[in-house]
Amino acid sequence: MVQDIDIADLKRITELVYTKYGYDFRNYAMSSFKRRMLRILELKNLNVESLLKKINEQPAFINEFLDELTVNVTEMFRDPGFWRIIRDEIIPGILLNHKQFKIWHAGCSSGEEVLSMAILLKEMGIESDVTLYATDLDVNILEKAKQGVYPAKNMELNEKNYVRFEGKKSLKEYYREENGKAIFHRELLQNVTFRKHDLVKGEIFNKFDLILCRNVMIYFNQTLQNEVLKKFHESLFKYGYLAIGSKESLIWCDIANRFLVVNNEEKVYKKIKD
Amino acid sequence: MDKYNLNNTYKAVVIGGSAGSFQGIVKILAQLPKNFPLPIIMCLHRLKHVRNGFVEALSLKSTLQVVEPFDKESIKKGIVYLAPSNYHMSIELGNHFAMSTEEMVNNSRPAIDITLGTAGYVYRDKLIGILLSGANRDGGLGMKHIKDKGGLTIVQEPTECMIDTMPKAALALTKIDHVLKIDQIVDFLKELEKHYK
Ligand SMILES: C[S@@+](CC[C@H](N)C(=O)[O-])C[C@H]1O[C@@H](n2cnc3c(N)ncnc32)[C@H](O)[C@@H]1O
Repeated sequence: MVQDIDIADLKRITELVYTKYGYDFRNYAMSSFKRRMLRILELKNLNVESLLKKINEQPAFINEFLDELTVNVTEMFRDPGFWRIIRDEIIPGILLNHKQFKIWHAGCSSGEEVLSMAILLKEMGIESDVTLYATDLDVNILEKAKQGVYPAKNMELNEKNYVRFEGKKSLKEYYREENGKAIFHRELLQNVTFRKHDLVKGEIFNKFDLILCRNVMIYFNQTLQNEVLKKFHESLFKYGYLAIGSKESLIWCDIANRFLVVNNEEKVYKKIKD
Repeated sequence: MDKYNLNNTYKAVVIGGSAGSFQGIVKILAQLPKNFPLPIIMCLHRLKHVRNGFVEALSLKSTLQVVEPFDKESIKKGIVYLAPSNYHMSIELGNHFAMSTEEMVNNSRPAIDITLGTAGYVYRDKLIGILLSGANRDGGLGMKHIKDKGGLTIVQEPTECMIDTMPKAALALTKIDHVLKIDQIVDFLKELEKHYK
């Protein structure tokens, strides 16, 4: 926090990353973006000039750079009240119309959110009727998501959330512990397709009944939030649901009126207009 | 004569607090002038997985509305903003909030250093920073940041603090402008309000 970086230098970095690799961070929220950049400089022991040089001359560095730049902090059953609503209201709502459906986890990070969904579906007995798509910009973190292996020390928090979610079992029944790692049962992820996807580029790749994009758009400025919301709108079936993080809001977005607030506390919206 | 040498150019008040600060905060909020002319931005350490209840507890006696802002919400005068649990809360250029789930800082999320530091960056010498009782060093660097940008800094008198680690950390890192008891902080804020009439 003492050390600082100029906006002009941040711009030089984002321009280079954009022109050379096509990743566009120009519309990320400045405060957290700046902290991430300072963190990278510190971690890699670089200054702005040597970072620019490294990005320019070492294409292999870009994935590592993206991995550090993005905020990957996540947990299972984050906001247990949200997951209860998904189980008790949203999914039963979808099931009224479709027996089989698709869910998209946009910005899935290391996969805890996807695993939570897989467990929830299994406990509802509908795991084979639902296809999950889990995407992220950061390929290193996607690899972790595919593994479903986490430090055992994270499990205390995950267990606590699971208990507050009022799951049917004990979370322990879904993984085994080995050498300080919690290894989740592979079959939980069998209906999950993991793929790299950049929300900024916004490629539409499927249509969904439920999209979760929680704690991702907080890293974007309002211009980009607007753009991304349009893509979600396009990727949802009419009457499909969109869930965002508990401290995010759609009310400022241009197309807010095409959504209805289904649950304001847990930030679940429904597409009501094409 | 105004002993604090205040003026009407300030744009925000930012307050940090942790263990032992709750009573003090309640006392301040209960005595704030009804038309307080600035936003009050608070970052208090709180239980990670208790999302509800804190705003309600602070609202009970507060003369001003207390809210937990949403990401990208604009900052308005006369409102008390509280950093939500499990998110860092930053101030962005353009006068709005930004939330983030980054790693904990000083073992805390929300971290006071982040709220204070970004407020210092955005408001510069138009900011008043107040740091109250607390058990870790979070907030010390944030106060230094505010001071370095020309803002006005106040810490709670360590002898009045239930736990004085936090204000002492700030005192060790920078030259704090005023060391005050809670009652004096209330007087200070009332005095400040007069300059905006
Ligand atoms: C804090 S995590 C959210 C994890 C999870 N959804 C949750 O709420 O706990 C944010 C994720 O968004 C991803 N992300 C950031 N920018 C992105 C973009 N442009 N496209 C896709 N994913 C992005 C990051 O790589 C990171 O894994």
